[in-house]
Amino acid sequence: MDRALIDRLAAARAAHRAVVVATDLGSGKKTWIEDGSAAGSVAVDEAVLVAAAAAQRDDKSQTVETGDGRRLFLHVFNPPLRLMVVGAVHIAQSLAPMATLAGYAVTVIDPRGSFATADRFPGITLTDEWPDEALAASKPDARTAIVTLTHDPKLDDPALHSALRSGCFYIGCLGSRRTHASRVERLKQAGFDDAEIGRIHGPIGLDIGARSPAEIALAIMGEITATLRRPQATTVAA
Amino acid sequence: MAADAEKLMPSSEEVLGRAAAWQSSGKDVAIATVVNTWGSSPRPVGSQLAVSGAQEMIGSVSGGCIEGAVVAEAQEVIRSGAPRLLEFGVADADAWAVGLACGGRIEVFVERLD
Repeated sequence: MDRALIDRLAAARAAHRAVVVATDLGSGKKTWIEDGSAAGSVAVDEAVLVAAAAAQRDDKSQTVETGDGRRLFLHVFNPPLRLMVVGAVHIAQSLAPMATLAGYAVTVIDPRGSFATADRFPGITLTDEWPDEALAASKPDARTAIVTLTHDPKLDDPALHSALRSGCFYIGCLGSRRTHASRVERLKQAGFDDAEIGRIHGPIGLDIGARSPAEIALAIMGEITATLRRPQATTVAA
Repeated sequence: MAADAEKLMPSSEEVLGRAAAWQSSGKDVAIATVVNTWGSSPRPVGSQLAVSGAQEMIGSVSGGCIEGAVVAEAQEVIRSGAPRLLEFGVADADAWAVGLACGGRIEVFVERLD
């Protein structure tokens, strides 16, 4: 392994770029695979590129055999998981540490000064920017989940507009069915279509009868995990 | 809590970062990677262990049962520069010695950092 590879991987991670490194298990030679194209000293065919894309999507490194009998190790280096929480409310106080334990880098966004304080969110990244600006600046990717918890359309709606325009893998909105129905109406008026709005999980969280803030956080974390690990099995809110 | 967990099970980025730091300080380094598992195994495919020529290590490729053997092989890889593909199963004495009865088999690729 070339030292330069380590530096390139660190740069890709910092820039939230997804990479697969293919290693020939016979020679040790390597090829860098990114965005469906390969560059390096290991020859890879279309089948390997397809396998690399699947490995990346499933976040699962694996060894594959090529048509000409070589064994290639496809090492997935996905960007870090991130959770952006809009609303420094009680549920966020439970959700932030839970998500941290599950491996997410958590940012809590709330422009209302007294909410997002280090006292209430020890060790969590906090910002008092407006949600749409904070989200746009963070460039959400396929490893980012976005949750809105404020109940306040002034804060939640701009965040949702930003989230829906991004490639994030999960969008969840706190609120009753009625609240969600009026939210959907506002989004339609803002020009979003049914398919886009269908990406939103609302009411948020798995249906486990959650009551307390911590239980609701658990339901949200469960739904985020299911969407990440079994995207095809997750039902899309109508 | 999260910081402690990271120390016990550092990510690939941390393992590779340490490997690079060792190299910068003039040490020889080899990197071992789990490239295949069969049955149950303690660490998933992609887990990495960096070993220095001074026998330091960071990361893991198992629950601790085969690290000793991998460190020894890593010294050979550092010397020769030729990568090695190692295979370990439950029948290995090392595995039994620490009571790994998981029925697993793993393949570990060891290469020198150049």
